[in-house]
Amino acid sequence: MKISRRKLITGGVAAAAGFAGLGVASQVARRYGLVPPDHCGFYGPGETLDYAAQRILTRHSLAREFSRGMISKTPFANYVAPMNDAFKRLQAGGFQDWRLTVDGMVARPGTFSLADLRAMPVRSQITEVACEEGWSYIAEWIGTPLSEVLREVGALPQARYVAYFSIDRDWWDSIDMADAWHPQTLLTLGMNDGDLPVGFGGPLRLRVPRQLGYKSVKYVTRLTVTDSMKRFGEGLGSAAPEGGYAWFAGI
Amino acid sequence: MCYAARVSTATPVLKTQAQRHSAVVRVTHWLTVIAFFALLVSGLEIVVSHPRFYWGETGNVNMRPLFTIPIPASRNTVPTGYGYMMPDQNGWSRYLHFQAAWVLVLTALVYGIWSLATGHLRRNLLPARGEWGWGAVWRVMSKYLRRARPEEEHSYNAAQRWAYLAVIFVLFPAVIWTGLALSPSFDSAFPWFVDVLGGRQSARTLHFFLTWLLVAFVLVHVTMVYLGGFRKRMRAMITGRGTPPREGL
Repeated sequence: MKISRRKLITGGVAAAAGFAGLGVASQVARRYGLVPPDHCGFYGPGETLDYAAQRILTRHSLAREFSRGMISKTPFANYVAPMNDAFKRLQAGGFQDWRLTVDGMVARPGTFSLADLRAMPVRSQITEVACEEGWSYIAEWIGTPLSEVLREVGALPQARYVAYFSIDRDWWDSIDMADAWHPQTLLTLGMNDGDLPVGFGGPLRLRVPRQLGYKSVKYVTRLTVTDSMKRFGEGLGSAAPEGGYAWFAGI
Repeated sequence: MCYAARVSTATPVLKTQAQRHSAVVRVTHWLTVIAFFALLVSGLEIVVSHPRFYWGETGNVNMRPLFTIPIPASRNTVPTGYGYMMPDQNGWSRYLHFQAAWVLVLTALVYGIWSLATGHLRRNLLPARGEWGWGAVWRVMSKYLRRARPEEEHSYNAAQRWAYLAVIFVLFPAVIWTGLALSPSFDSAFPWFVDVLGGRQSARTLHFFLTWLLVAFVLVHVTMVYLGGFRKRMRAMITGRGTPPREGL
């Protein structure tokens, strides 16, 4: 095969432009928070494209809400790990002593009881829980928007993520500020006009309805506002990527 | 009509006899092959975690399925009747599925824009004048049914054109549509995307069936490649050369 000088030069210029373009694109993506914490490795490009595309298209969009008649009569709680002693003690006390600790990049770190959360503006919504396995159900969820708590503690403007931790130590996750300030992201206390059952994450579950079920961590006891997920676990943003699952579960 | 059809198929449409497939067609073809295979394997793996399908918005193990695939599941929460579980491989399957979907969609964009810009769509995919009816397709099919060996053509025949148009403009867009409809985040911005399909579980079931239609196409496609001369056709799609280069004897 013969390659002419012209082809070689145009090809070289195109390749250089391509690499420069990629470099600029990655700078812009970092600047506008379009790069997920688990962007490294073989699946990094796909993961970054998923997250960036979703953030460009869906930053402020609201998850679909349904009519009361569409609430599932047979919701599915999914597998619940055997609870640790700390949980059992709190359960015996009717969760009176359940506390949510909020720390990190906040002006006023604080601790909230379930009653404290109920005393804040509460919102209810009828949204679908969709599991990455394929199944789903619709329920009414009642809770305090995470944004109310973030306002209460004074989240600092440089915050980029809210990390949240279950009483089950193996289960923690994080969301970006678009999801954290999102009006449908609820610290959920109730389900279908009752208290949130333990199987569904009671007494306190962080519901992130624009993402798949595994992002909605059950039995939440701590929130940490941060500008980087590097210092948490393996630095991939949550326990999910450490188990092989994507940090962004909007798809 | 018959005469007109014969004339149009015989019209040479490519620049040179030796050039059977252009570089863009070859590169996008093989990228699509790789992406489709990755999507198929990872997609079927994800099905193993919940081999039950539903219709409508919601569906879970407490609800009656539309149908169940009789295989063991990779979750102990799914009643399958089997006493054992498959290993959970959903993590990398999901990563791979979406990465391959990007390869497929970006490849399709390049192919689509190039096809429009260069006239590939008009010349080689849209049926030629006089070949729009069923007659032209039937002539090709009846030839196949008489077990005539598919000949090396300068361009696609009428049956091929309709099959490729259906795959490129109906099946692939539909499988991408139903797949995107499974993203709760995407649906938050475009709720009609999943609503017109009848709900989330309907979208999942349609995504599954569309996959099998694409698999059926691949099986027929590979069979025809085999019947038409595997080495010759593979050489055409790899090197671009249609007629065998004359080598010194």
